[in-house]
Amino acid sequence: MTVLAARNLSKSFGGVQAVRGVSLSVASGELLALIGPNGAGKTTCFNLLNGQLAPDAGEIEFEGRSLRGLAPREIWRLGVGRTFQVTATFGSMTVRENVQMALLSHHRQLSSLFARAAQRHVAAADALLERVGMREQAGRPCAVLAYGDLKRVELAVALANQPRLLLMDEPTAGMAPGERGELMQLAADLARGSGIAVLFTEHDMDVVFAHADRIVVLSDGELIAQGSPQEVRANAAVRAVYLGSHA
Amino acid sequence: MTYSSILIQFLNGLASASSLFLVAAGLSLIFGVTRIVNFAHGSLYMLGMYVAVWLGERIGFWWSVPIAALAVGAFGALVESALLRRLYAAPELLQLLATFALVLVVKDFALWAWGPEDILGPRAPGFTGAVTIAGLQFPEYDLFLIGFGPLVLGALWLLLTRTRWGTLVRAATQDREMASALGVNQKWLFTGVFALGAFLAGLGGALQIPREPATLLIDLSVVSDAFVVVVVGGLGSIGGAFVAAFLIAEIKAFCIGLGLSQFTLVVEFVVMAVVLVIRPWGLFGRMPALARGAGAVEPPLVAPSPAALKALAALLAALALVPVVSGGYTLVLLTDILVFALFAVSLHFIMGPAGLHSFGHAAYFGLGAYGAGLLLLRAGAPMELALLLGPLAGGLGALVFGWFCVRLSGVYLAMLTLAFAQIAWSVVFQWDAFTGGSNGLVGIWPASWLASKAAYYYITLLTCAGGIALLWRMLYAPFGYALRAARDSPLRADAIGLDVRALQWAAFTLAGLAAGMAGALYAFSKGSISPESLSVPRSVDGLVMVLLGGIQTLTGPLWGAALFTWMQDAVARGIDYWRAVIGAVILVLVLAFPQGLTGFLRQRFAP
Repeated sequence: MTVLAARNLSKSFGGVQAVRGVSLSVASGELLALIGPNGAGKTTCFNLLNGQLAPDAGEIEFEGRSLRGLAPREIWRLGVGRTFQVTATFGSMTVRENVQMALLSHHRQLSSLFARAAQRHVAAADALLERVGMREQAGRPCAVLAYGDLKRVELAVALANQPRLLLMDEPTAGMAPGERGELMQLAADLARGSGIAVLFTEHDMDVVFAHADRIVVLSDGELIAQGSPQEVRANAAVRAVYLGSHA
Repeated sequence: MTYSSILIQFLNGLASASSLFLVAAGLSLIFGVTRIVNFAHGSLYMLGMYVAVWLGERIGFWWSVPIAALAVGAFGALVESALLRRLYAAPELLQLLATFALVLVVKDFALWAWGPEDILGPRAPGFTGAVTIAGLQFPEYDLFLIGFGPLVLGALWLLLTRTRWGTLVRAATQDREMASALGVNQKWLFTGVFALGAFLAGLGGALQIPREPATLLIDLSVVSDAFVVVVVGGLGSIGGAFVAAFLIAEIKAFCIGLGLSQFTLVVEFVVMAVVLVIRPWGLFGRMPALARGAGAVEPPLVAPSPAALKALAALLAALALVPVVSGGYTLVLLTDILVFALFAVSLHFIMGPAGLHSFGHAAYFGLGAYGAGLLLLRAGAPMELALLLGPLAGGLGALVFGWFCVRLSGVYLAMLTLAFAQIAWSVVFQWDAFTGGSNGLVGIWPASWLASKAAYYYITLLTCAGGIALLWRMLYAPFGYALRAARDSPLRADAIGLDVRALQWAAFTLAGLAAGMAGALYAFSKGSISPESLSVPRSVDGLVMVLLGGIQTLTGPLWGAALFTWMQDAVARGIDYWRAVIGAVILVLVLAFPQGLTGFLRQRFAP
């Protein structure tokens, strides 16, 4: 089932057309990698999909519903989780509280003025942390965690509203090579296990080819190829873009 | 208005714009390079005025202007190298507080040196007459000022674009760390820029002498005008400062020309509000770059231990017993302390967990006080009702101002809150018929059953302890957690469905309501209120209490309020120049304990 569908997305900054007529879709349980050389328009395309930027033209639909004009927080409410290139967590809270925060928001309890927040959704938070292997560190302040562990916390936070789509911006950026495969494997298992559609951008081609079901390649703001890892690997246009035209 | 009088008002505005531009350009330059918002910039302007008047009598006006400006510039260099240089690594708030302390010290210095009376300056030789423009008289000196502003703009532009030093200044404005990595000597650059900014402020003040008398009240009114200009024009943009100074000065001139001088501030406020809604970083400003490594991260909020709760209960019990063993003066002082404890906790509520650095929190304290006073005196409400409903004025003020404030962050927010507080103060100060103007309101006494000092102490204790408990409870609730989440990472907060602005707006309003409650209690405890209750120094008092106690702890503001209120009481009774003493104490504290007292103690005695 198609979860996210984008049609003819375009965006320019000043005179520069960063994204030109890109269409793509992700189905539930599928891991789609968005790749391309530096300046290909990956980040712009990604920010169009998550609502951070508004497209000049084109349409984005999540489960058949247009996302036009929705703020990121409204898109989240529909069931879209996100992780960031540089982890964004709440430094003055413990690991568990970070997840509790997302759960409180999911259950629309943010305007509660007198309940004790720390006692809400403890079991649910711990269950999510269990899934990403952070249960043991639930009581530690987020500010003291190792970077790889922060990425796991972010993943748990992103899963808190039972999303049907997970948008991951450079999920393994800043991690040691060994950890990268591990984190991506975790994300892949979680997504396939619960039928979540995953769209991610990634620099590390080993990670991309090892974990993506399908790959979309951007160059110069345009979609130049898409398909299975084998198809993309064999695609002449992709080889030209990545290896130079004489390869 | 005839066409000729419109023309004259337009020229009047242009003349005022020149001085305003000089001050705002200096403020903008200093901020661009050092990232310090110099709240003492109006004080430098005031110094320029006084020095020019004083020198003018001795060596003549035209010599006094450049010498006064140079003297203020030298003073700026001294301040930067002796004080601010030690604070560049400190949290932003402490830097602002240090420049606030300078405001107090400079004001008392001027009081000591030149006395409390306004002093009229000499006229400018060669420009004493008037010219006839479209049939109306216009002072020659104002024509000179109209030409002088663009001249300075041109000179600054040449300095910044055509000299090596100017290139360094622009480099440091764009990326301070990169400039330093490329080997720019920051020490001299910072001192030089601060001296230049101070020189411009001094020049602006000195040039104003033939137009208006030197007065001790000018410092805060000039700095809040300069803030409005800088916020409208965009921080760090000299051209923006020029355009905005022109805009603001013209608005003022036309309001005065139309005989609507009491609306000047309201119109100024509306213009600023419109600009901020359309362009949040000012007409020519850019979104500020995120500061790298912005201070220490706060530790997680832990539920109070049973021992801590017992200690608080014991403190409450002890406070409840005070009237039994003591009376009179102790009760008055303790009532003050309780009121300011609630005020400080309400300020901490938005400054700490919500990360909204308000520099004008006294506005809501004062609105609450006036709300209660006006209900009693003008509406004839019973005292109990006035005490209950008065605070709503604080909450309402915070609701309106807060809508704009939560659209900004960091120093922009600090400046906007200060400007709003100054506007609220001016309205109360100028509206003689309703608010009693500068004399304030008298005869605001509690009902007879609360008339004794002990009874009023008990109602204060009950209300303040209750208010503080409620505010603290909210911080442990999902709402308080959401506030901290929005402060820690607005990006992540947005990505998990938190409406950051709505949350902050609600917090701002709640804090305004609590501050209004403190203000209403204060009004009835004194029997009178004056505009001082919502003045900028009162806002600073709140800041000092919070920062003194330590912003990263919940109980910090309590101890800060107790210590500072007691200190102010002890000092104000014993010493003439108490402002300077308080300023000096703040400076010492800022330099010695950048984490606040409780933060310092925790760090010192942490296991």
